[in-house]
Amino acid sequence: MLDTLYELFELGKILFFILLITVPLLVSVAYLTYAERKVIGYIQVRMGPNRVGPKGLLQPIADAVKLMFKEIIIPTSSDRFLFIIAPVLAIAPALAAWAVVPFSDGVVLADINVGLIYILAMTSIGVYGIILAGWASNSKYAFLGAMRSAAQVVAYEIAMGFTLVGVLMSAGSLNLSEIVLAQQGSLLHWYWLPLFPLFIVYFISAVAETNRAPFDVAEGESEIVAGFHVEYSGMLFAVFFLAEYANMILVSALAALMFLGGWLSPFQGTFLEPLFAFIPGMVWFVLKTGFFLFLFLWFRATFPRYRYDQIMRLGWKVFIPVTLVWIILVGIAVMADIPPWFA
Amino acid sequence: MTKIIFYLFALILVFAASRVITVRNPVHAALFLVLAFFSSAAVWLLLHAEFLAIALVLVYVGAVMVLFLFVVMMLDINIARTREGFTRYLPVGSFVGVLILVEMVLVVGAWKTDESATLSTVTAPNTESLGNLLYTVYLYPFEIAAAILLVAMVAAIALTMRTKRQTKAQRPEQQVRVRREDRVRLVNMPAEPRD
Repeated sequence: MLDTLYELFELGKILFFILLITVPLLVSVAYLTYAERKVIGYIQVRMGPNRVGPKGLLQPIADAVKLMFKEIIIPTSSDRFLFIIAPVLAIAPALAAWAVVPFSDGVVLADINVGLIYILAMTSIGVYGIILAGWASNSKYAFLGAMRSAAQVVAYEIAMGFTLVGVLMSAGSLNLSEIVLAQQGSLLHWYWLPLFPLFIVYFISAVAETNRAPFDVAEGESEIVAGFHVEYSGMLFAVFFLAEYANMILVSALAALMFLGGWLSPFQGTFLEPLFAFIPGMVWFVLKTGFFLFLFLWFRATFPRYRYDQIMRLGWKVFIPVTLVWIILVGIAVMADIPPWFA
Repeated sequence: MTKIIFYLFALILVFAASRVITVRNPVHAALFLVLAFFSSAAVWLLLHAEFLAIALVLVYVGAVMVLFLFVVMMLDINIARTREGFTRYLPVGSFVGVLILVEMVLVVGAWKTDESATLSTVTAPNTESLGNLLYTVYLYPFEIAAAILLVAMVAAIALTMRTKRQTKAQRPEQQVRVRREDRVRLVNMPAEPRD
């Protein structure tokens, strides 16, 4: 009896922590859309949204309310069940992956030893939502978008997996907290320096994996209308966007954890360290994640869309060889105990 | 609690696996297979085999089944035709089924599990012990398996590869090297006389 009560209490605690992660995440997703419109607006010498609320700050809420009240149209010849479940399959892995993300030292929902491959597994599942949306819509454009997305994600997942192999070889662990702790020392101890090519490959693959510009051929407004979600409307459409932005935040957070030392202070090891000691580690983590998110927005405002065959060439013929060579170099460095990173 | 979770996932697993072969639409069948992989990964997690469980999701759900779906969606399968000849193939099918069943019973029956060695004595993380075994005791089988996979891959590519003449390959390095002068020619034209 007591045991079951204890187990129920544990379950309740886990549910509470899940809410504690998910609610701020969804709020950040909403304000990331606002930040995107503002940042791209200023880059293009416009004002961006500025009507709803002070400085347009209530715009995402207005958008959400609008989308909720729109009619959901289900095409007659579509596969009804898959059509509705596809957006759910897109967003669920994007949220589930956050279970193993450490926000600060010890602040993590599931401190599992296979955190890194768990995340890789979750991000690779996200593509099901897109493929199924394309197929279930029973529309040419949607199907073309889905096919492009599937090929692209499979190609870049390999390069991304290899960069993670480099990280785990350097840290000697698949546990994300231990990967961060292995980067302790100073700004120069973080893995962006010894694994610089992998860092670049990881981030570009992350952009491709999330189907963001300049790799957004799955949407490709100018050629296939809107790609996989051309038949979607209302809240189902909004869920696809939630998933895309949640994935952006996830891969940015991962880049911060694996290459920029997660919650570690950038002033570590210098005379400034005691001055900034009062700032909690979570703030550094959020700032580093925000930096990568800004890069996403900057890319979108700056680069034209890649041509499809060039995307494939970049993934298969450039990134995979680069990562393979660097993994061998990292292996040699780990065996030779080269300080300060691999000692 | 663990028992409830086990039976829940085991039920889903059996249901999904039986739907894979009974459902009419091949895309739905592939998706039920994905569900079956997921539930077996959950069952493996209950056995503390976390590396294998996540690797199952990563490899089979994340990569293999995506390609499967990719192919199945491209095929325009006539659903009625796939139901034909059920009675004709029944003897062969049931023979193969019984054969597999007998093999499984023989293997599982002969395999005595040492109860004490399964959960309580395992202290090292699953990933570490697997890695240690693979790269020490089973190094040769592991490397040979990798070589066989490589050979299979090379063979598959060699079989489907077309000769140079049939493909119209692009040369990106040439495309990148193109300068304005190669494509644009400024021509000086005398202005047309005004009417």
